Amino acid sequence: MGSVGRIILQRLGLGLLTLLVVSIVIFVAVNALPGDFAEAILGQGATPEAVAAIRSDLGLDEPYLARYFGWLADALRGDLGTSFAQANFAAFAGTDAGSGLGSVAAMLGPRFANTMFLAGVTAAIAVPISVTLGILAALYRNSVFDRVANITTLTSISSPEFFLAYVLILFLAVMNPILPVLSLVNDDMGLGERLKMTLLPALTLTLVVTAHMMRMTRAAIINLLASPYIEMARLKGMSPMRVIVRHALPNALAPIINVIALNLAYLITGVVVVEVVFVYPGIGQLFVDSVKIRDIPVVQACCLIFAAAYILLNLTADILSILSNPRLRHPK
Amino acid sequence: MTEQLLKIRGLKIEGRSDEMWNQIVNGVDIDLMKGEVLGLIGESGAGKSTVGLAAMGFTRDGCRISEGTVEFDGVDLVNAAASVKRGLLGKRIAYVAQSAAASFNPAHKIIDQHTEGPTQHGVMGKKESEMDGMELYEKLRLPDPENIGFRYPHQVSGGQLQRAMTAMAMACRPDLIIFDEPTTALDVTTQIEVLASIRQIVEEFDTAAIYITHDLAVVAQMSDKIKVLLKGDEVEEADTRTMLSAPTQEYTKSLWAVRSFQRPSKPPVPTSATPVISVQNVTAAYGTVPVLHDVSFDIHEGRTVAVVGESGSGKSTAARCITGLLPPVSGTIEFDGVAMPLDYRKRTKDQLRQAQMIYQMADTALNPRKSIGEIIGRPVEFYMGLKGAAKRKRVDELLDQIELEPSQYFHRLPSELSGGQKQRIGIARALAAEPKFIICDEVTSALDQLVAEGILRLLAKLQDDLKLSYMFITHDLATVRAISDEVVVMKDGRVVEQGTKDEMFKPPHHPYTDLLLSSVPEMDPDWLTNLLNERGVDNIGDAAVGKMT
Repeated sequence: MGSVGRIILQRLGLGLLTLLVVSIVIFVAVNALPGDFAEAILGQGATPEAVAAIRSDLGLDEPYLARYFGWLADALRGDLGTSFAQANFAAFAGTDAGSGLGSVAAMLGPRFANTMFLAGVTAAIAVPISVTLGILAALYRNSVFDRVANITTLTSISSPEFFLAYVLILFLAVMNPILPVLSLVNDDMGLGERLKMTLLPALTLTLVVTAHMMRMTRAAIINLLASPYIEMARLKGMSPMRVIVRHALPNALAPIINVIALNLAYLITGVVVVEVVFVYPGIGQLFVDSVKIRDIPVVQACCLIFAAAYILLNLTADILSILSNPRLRHPK
Repeated sequence: MTEQLLKIRGLKIEGRSDEMWNQIVNGVDIDLMKGEVLGLIGESGAGKSTVGLAAMGFTRDGCRISEGTVEFDGVDLVNAAASVKRGLLGKRIAYVAQSAAASFNPAHKIIDQHTEGPTQHGVMGKKESEMDGMELYEKLRLPDPENIGFRYPHQVSGGQLQRAMTAMAMACRPDLIIFDEPTTALDVTTQIEVLASIRQIVEEFDTAAIYITHDLAVVAQMSDKIKVLLKGDEVEEADTRTMLSAPTQEYTKSLWAVRSFQRPSKPPVPTSATPVISVQNVTAAYGTVPVLHDVSFDIHEGRTVAVVGESGSGKSTAARCITGLLPPVSGTIEFDGVAMPLDYRKRTKDQLRQAQMIYQMADTALNPRKSIGEIIGRPVEFYMGLKGAAKRKRVDELLDQIELEPSQYFHRLPSELSGGQKQRIGIARALAAEPKFIICDEVTSALDQLVAEGILRLLAKLQDDLKLSYMFITHDLATVRAISDEVVVMKDGRVVEQGTKDEMFKPPHHPYTDLLLSSVPEMDPDWLTNLLNERGVDNIGDAAVGKMT
């Protein structure tokens, strides 16, 4: 077990390093956007004096390096800063910037929880369905079932998300009003109601991510079917289902886990369109809005969360892949 | 003993290639009584494994039984429903594969794979089957039979796995076991342990068996009767002793004659001669793991030095040191009396040219996307600087030298050639550099005996024509006998004995050389029995334990 522990620690360290590099990229990229918050908020009435006043209030006139390290130091302490949009500007109200309600953490918190909830519901539906479909497609490969499963999932992954969303709305909310059209969840809702509200976006996302995971499961299993140990299992008189589930699947786990992780990361970071269609108060919509008005602290925090989600999920996938390999779990 | 167990009549099997069904087995009959062992021999491509699997009613993907009947104990396996066949497979007919390392599922413990058959077929419960497995492991003289099953396949050596697989085949006490080249991948010393185990257990449980192999000496030890196959046709069948002493068919006689190729011994090298390659006190390591300890030997012009030993003894590592792929930690490598840089990157082009290699797996050593002309032309251009017509002429010459018609092979791809032809291309590629010294790393071990003999004859002829020196790495002592002038015996990274071939094959030997020599199966059907009596059964168990560490 010692070697596995060492590998995990190593990966963890690499993950942190990646996050640091990503934070630099985010900072540079966000600051490279044309225009800034002061210009965006003042619009056409921007006088050079007003712009300069807001900039100095927000610290936008400080050198890049100082701002980056200041932000990094704060972020390490868990303080993601204050949203520009929520700040009270000293220039207008006479109070200090940053002392108001609009801390980024407070803004992101509930949104992030909503996003995680949606991703969780989707994963709970999509992962078992994909893996089961993949196993069945491998078992009945080249049959009608295999083809139908492949074509259906491919069609759904090839259609734009908003289209899938509207089709689902049409069938499940308009023609048969079983589910709400809008997913306006809020903190006061009970779990049941919340689930009902979230189901339509979750189903849309399921349609988007299933194809990838299913096809990888199928391919990873079929890849192994020519192995001598699979032939051996068949020659031991094992049923086709047992051959696949007990003999092929455990050896196909690593690639399947990696694709699942990739899709889960997508569910956290890439669901803006679906959120917009269903007016779901997730992090994606907030992110897009913040980019529009150059609300740099929020954009940076969102990016950092997205990056961390990606790194964490891939790290988990790596570790699970390692654990699924008996050669690494039980060295000679 | 007289009850018929397996009856195959007019078995024809087709294989699919290029969208066409081609017949690969052309009508084979097999009769097997209870408790009888049939040896099935032939070269690769003879259809041995295909017939063996068909005896289980099984064909690999891309194959089908087109005609004939396979009857096992009254059940027609060709037309039986899949569920009926599954009920017999593993329970009454079992299979032992060539490579146990590949045929055990890496994801499960050995004992769990052992108990799968009995529990799934409802023969016995899991606990009971585990206890039975341990008993079988003990019978098969596996070390630590109580616990070895709780390891994963990668934690156990190849010879032990092969025995564990035999135990697994025995788990349901089947009436018939198909052994498909179960010892081909093993060292001679390990092979004996596995052969003895298999024979003992087959006798003890009165199990019938089909023993598939290309090694005549092995089949002579194992079977009651022998059937010879050639390209899907049955050549002849007779009981073992008759077959060995009086084969009737020309092809069988030619198989029997294979081992007769032997080069005459050459006069000893004058002591004043400078060796082409001199390995002096070489010590090498992979990372911090030492693999060679103070290895020294010389190779003289026009001579072949065979380096023998089990896998892991350091043979190939020594070759890597000579070629500079693995720079030794200490020691020197001299070429024609001049010390060469130890790292190949620091050697001159001419030094690189003088030492070439031929690899064991011609399949993987040739670039599958390049034509034969390009594969051989590349070193011709790189080392000799020839281009255009001159290059083409040289490639043609080389193809002539390896006895392949240039116009026919120049534009072909490696995938269009047979194993033996590919190995010849490997030889031509080495010759293209016009070296003085060639390392042959197990060049014949992946080939059938007849084809291997052709390669050995070719190498011998080239050596005489071109005054080449060979370092011949092998674990097959028959090959050593056939081609070598001098022998270096290696064990655990050390040279344990070296000398001329005549010295080596005459007693007294180093005990390890003796073990190697006496482990090579002989055609005498009583050889294994006599050897086991001589060594004492416990000895073999001890050898197995020794391997564990």
